[in-house]
Amino acid sequence: MSKHLNLTLHVWRQKNTNCDGKFVEYPAENVSPDMSFLEMLDVVNEGLIRKGEDPITFDHDCREGICGTCSMVINGRPHGPKERTTTCQLHMRSFQDGESITLEPWRAEAFPVLRDLMVDRTAFDRIIAAGGFISVPTGSPQDANALPIPKVNAELAMDAAACIGCGACVAACPNASAMLFVSAKINHLGQLPQGQPERYSRVRDMIAQMDAEEFGTCTNHGECEIACPKGIKMENIARMNRDFLKASLTYRPAVVGGGAG
Amino acid sequence: MSVAEQSIAGAEARGHGFLASSVGRKIVMAASGIVLFGFVTVHMIGNTQAYMGAETFNGYAKFLHSMLHGGGIWIFRAVLLLATGLHVWSATTLTLDNLAARPVGYRAQQSVASTWASRTMRWSGVLLAAFIVFHLMHLTTGQAHPAFDHANPYANFVSGFKVPATAAFYIVAQLCLGLHMWHGVWSFTQTLGLSHPRYESLRRNFATGLTLLVVGVNISYPVAVITGFIH
Repeated sequence: MSKHLNLTLHVWRQKNTNCDGKFVEYPAENVSPDMSFLEMLDVVNEGLIRKGEDPITFDHDCREGICGTCSMVINGRPHGPKERTTTCQLHMRSFQDGESITLEPWRAEAFPVLRDLMVDRTAFDRIIAAGGFISVPTGSPQDANALPIPKVNAELAMDAAACIGCGACVAACPNASAMLFVSAKINHLGQLPQGQPERYSRVRDMIAQMDAEEFGTCTNHGECEIACPKGIKMENIARMNRDFLKASLTYRPAVVGGGAG
Repeated sequence: MSVAEQSIAGAEARGHGFLASSVGRKIVMAASGIVLFGFVTVHMIGNTQAYMGAETFNGYAKFLHSMLHGGGIWIFRAVLLLATGLHVWSATTLTLDNLAARPVGYRAQQSVASTWASRTMRWSGVLLAAFIVFHLMHLTTGQAHPAFDHANPYANFVSGFKVPATAAFYIVAQLCLGLHMWHGVWSFTQTLGLSHPRYESLRRNFATGLTLLVVGVNISYPVAVITGFIH
């Protein structure tokens, strides 16, 4: 039914973090338009392996758009030209026969390139570890309706929780800022009663860690919102800023030695 | 070290200082920006008296210099100098951080959502700083003015804009101010957390409307002098 595609790939090849990288051109021939983008790369890699060359390294895992692993910038846009899709959900029918495709890794100081298109995103893990959690006594779960939560807040929390931590926001941001990611985590927890006890220490801790990881800062371009495969809104950044302002104004240093009694 | 330990070590090293943090400096930028756009708005409104003749305009200038027995203008100047200093400081440090955050750029980066105004904030800001220095030397202290008379601000205004190159520079600077304000006024609402779906179009329209008003009226001054409407 549909015609197969012949494409030219310009792929960033880099042996490891310390080596310099460069773009290498590869033909991708006879590509089915029904393939996903990652399947197309699999086929190109099989060809490279057959020729005895190193296959192109790229991150991938679930291949159904929920793990956030498949990170690459395709023709200048994280996860490619389609909105609300990850690379694994992108199909080759989105491309024209004869097209040139440039593939680059996420570019950020905080995301060092490990190899080719694969970057180290543990900076995100350290930001989560700094405050993206709630401290609760574990045990058997209480009834779901024991904590009243307004529907609006449940929806806002759920929308923020859709963040898969892929890093496309950082990749798309002209400043390599992680504020969309951090704000999604902060609002995911901050909208819910379970997140309240640590709400104002969380925002300070996570932002301090974000800065320590040397991400850039938001200049309100809005590129992150368009690039986000899960449609996280910039309203989250505004909410994070609001919480940060309140937290900074009302912060009390921890009392050393405990209180009397 | 575990991820959690690295994390705590990192945050401790960086500290929690408001002025050291990225969002803290953004808030400083937003707050000082409010002072500055508030000033340009009032400045524009005050100068409309140029259309009411020499007597009104010079009377307005005299009023500004005699407020609070002459102290008022110095309070204004001190606040503006402080706001400008903070604005430039936060912009510079944040820009340096942002440049360091992406040492290797993309070969092909597509801009989808950003605007020309948002991408040129740094340059429009630098040009505005240069313009402010010139503007002060032109119509406040007079070194850059061909025939400056301390006693007659209206005459300085008219003869100053009769120089075509000066009028052109003012107009270009006002267009820069427009780009800077259009993105900046919307941005400060975002930075201060004033985002809500109900007011989404309001804050965009507020930025657009205020920018058009300030820039439009400001550009009208040199144009009115050049065309002889104000003489």
